[in-house]
Amino acid sequence: MASATVTTSLHSVQPERQHSKTGLLEDERWFATALLFPTAVLLALFIAYPFFEGIWLALTDTRVGVPGHFVGLKNFEKVWNDSIFRTAVWNTCWYTFVTTVFKLILGLWLAQLLNRNFKGKAWVRAFILLPFIIPTVLSTFAWKWMFDPTFSVLNWMLFHLGFITRRINWLGEPDLAFASVIVVNIWRGLPFYAISLLAGLQTISPELQEAAAIDGANAWQRFKHITWPLLLPVTMVVTLFSVIQTFADFQLVYVLTGGGPANATHLFATYAYQIGVGTGLLSEGAAISLAIFPVLFVVVLLQLIYIRRVEIR
Amino acid sequence: MPRFSRRRLLKVSGSGAVAAGTGGLAGILASGRAPAYAQGTTVHWLKWNDFVPAADEHLRKKAIPEAEKALGIKITLETIGLNDLPARATAAIQSKAGADIIMAFNNYPHIYKGGTADVSALCEEIGPAQGGYYDNARNNCNDGQRWLAVPYCIVGTLIVYRKSWFDEIGVKTFPATWDDYRAAGKKLKAAGHPLGQCLGHTVGDAPTFCYPYLWSFGGKEVEADGKTVVINSKETIESVKYMTGFWTDAHDEGGLAWDDSSNNRAFLSGTIGATLNGASIYIESLRKPDQYKTESGAPMKTDMLHAPLPRGPAGQFAWPPSQAMMVMGYSPNQKAAIDFLRWFHTPKNYEEWFTVLKGFACGPTKMWETSKMWDADPAMTPYRMAAAAGGRVPGYAGPSNQNAAEALNKYIIVDMYAKAVQGMPAEQAVAWAESELKKIYAA
Repeated sequence: MASATVTTSLHSVQPERQHSKTGLLEDERWFATALLFPTAVLLALFIAYPFFEGIWLALTDTRVGVPGHFVGLKNFEKVWNDSIFRTAVWNTCWYTFVTTVFKLILGLWLAQLLNRNFKGKAWVRAFILLPFIIPTVLSTFAWKWMFDPTFSVLNWMLFHLGFITRRINWLGEPDLAFASVIVVNIWRGLPFYAISLLAGLQTISPELQEAAAIDGANAWQRFKHITWPLLLPVTMVVTLFSVIQTFADFQLVYVLTGGGPANATHLFATYAYQIGVGTGLLSEGAAISLAIFPVLFVVVLLQLIYIRRVEIR
Repeated sequence: MPRFSRRRLLKVSGSGAVAAGTGGLAGILASGRAPAYAQGTTVHWLKWNDFVPAADEHLRKKAIPEAEKALGIKITLETIGLNDLPARATAAIQSKAGADIIMAFNNYPHIYKGGTADVSALCEEIGPAQGGYYDNARNNCNDGQRWLAVPYCIVGTLIVYRKSWFDEIGVKTFPATWDDYRAAGKKLKAAGHPLGQCLGHTVGDAPTFCYPYLWSFGGKEVEADGKTVVINSKETIESVKYMTGFWTDAHDEGGLAWDDSSNNRAFLSGTIGATLNGASIYIESLRKPDQYKTESGAPMKTDMLHAPLPRGPAGQFAWPPSQAMMVMGYSPNQKAAIDFLRWFHTPKNYEEWFTVLKGFACGPTKMWETSKMWDADPAMTPYRMAAAAGGRVPGYAGPSNQNAAEALNKYIIVDMYAKAVQGMPAEQAVAWAESELKKIYAA
């Protein structure tokens, strides 16, 4: 008798609960929160937690296997007075600037070429993507062999073509090593620019170009007044991603030079790795990694403001 | 702290009592029964890909199956690139999970000491029983309070050279001093066979050359107090000045971008005439006599000899890299890991592995100097005493410790020479090294 009463009362409550559930989901704020929740959890776990853990580490004197104590900004002070760190800062900024400029110019040029109609267009577009598709470590090893001080195929080719009489020490001379690293980064990043800008070019209506041509605009004028303004939003987004990736680059330098010769090619990430992981000074490594943040933050902020202005226009 | 179930505690303490009562491994072996471990105890052993592949093959096919049978445990051997070991060790210690035994090179055990188990009992058992550990092994693995890792071996480093090419330039015996070596190198370079030396960021070849070279001129990083940085001395500056001329006169200038295997390839391809090496070049030439040949078509192995680094104004030194096995502090299988290392270092078992290496590795203890293995090949005989020659370690004249390990890992001594070779004035390069060392030792 008692159980029957309970069953009856449960039945009477259920529709009300269902109603309140669907009611919650019908509310856009709750629905949006529910949809965003999994992403927020992932971001918190894999982005926010490591980031705040990194900040905490940088404020302690943690070594590998030894819990640290709070030391304030001591690690940042130590890092700031470190000549290798200053080299890494300069290298990272210069590396990002030069590679971004070259990737943008060459990428735009390549995108323009790929936007034309020619036989085997699909195949060429697929091949262009190869450097971007191959794992970076693998392709960088291939480059390392090409730059090898003893067995460089580039030297062999240049020698047999009569351009050089003695070996070029690609990775052994500081300036050449840095230039080599830049070349490989451009080679690897170019397809990303080309394909992304190609996608942008294809959204521009051909009628605009035709109308301008009828009005007497030459190729340069059409590019300057039609293509470039319409392509600018895409270009800014592509550049933004590229700057972030290049600024935090690690694999390429680690494999190609290991930061050498004599620290000449260290970037933020490779130096942070050497100090944090190689030498076990986790807090100092974290401080070096975090030093990227303000610079990158300003760069990204400026770009985002610019993108927003372009969109509003 | 390892977790013990009641059943496991009973088993382990029972077998431990039996083993202790009957004298450790000897007792276990005498009883003919494997000690009892928790069912399915697996020891994960992480080490480098040996430069002599036959050594890893021996471990996989013979040593490990025998150890598993003797100890009643499962052993998983994982081998990775030498340069990847620090990343794995750091990640394992911080996450308190990973391999039970991890290999460490040189003075790295000092870096990881916060994450390692105390292996003093085992080391104090092996060392005295086998003629005593070399200073090199002791300094790299003991912080003065405890043993941080079990010394595994010492890779003897000597200069391997092409005898016929030295004969051609009129040098019949290997140069005893840096001056003589430089003069010979100059002639060799003119003949198209320069000396080869890595000055890059590597674990082995670059520091094993730069530190003894510095000491041979009288330079040192710190005073015996382990605090006062004295690298900026006239002896160090002299060594750096000498190096810049020596480099241009006699060396293959590609060495600035070399890694630890580059000199092997350069020597075996006939590009360089001499290089500091841990015998892996010679052993590779033994392995593939048809591939590596001299200009006259003879196997290259017949034209190769070994000699120690030359003497400088302050003496003759060597710093052969050492390898050690850290039993990790987080490991729940510490006892099994220590028992395995004890089994491995039993003379009979160690000798089998040691013989496979054909002299690439010297034992960590003096007993192995008298092994018959050294009589098998006269070309390898100089390696017999290579470990004994290496008494000093980085951080000299202070103790081997975390600061010395930090300086080594930051390649400060290597980069001091590399910077000078690239054109920085010697005084400036030494001043740079001094400022970097002061930051480390002041902390």
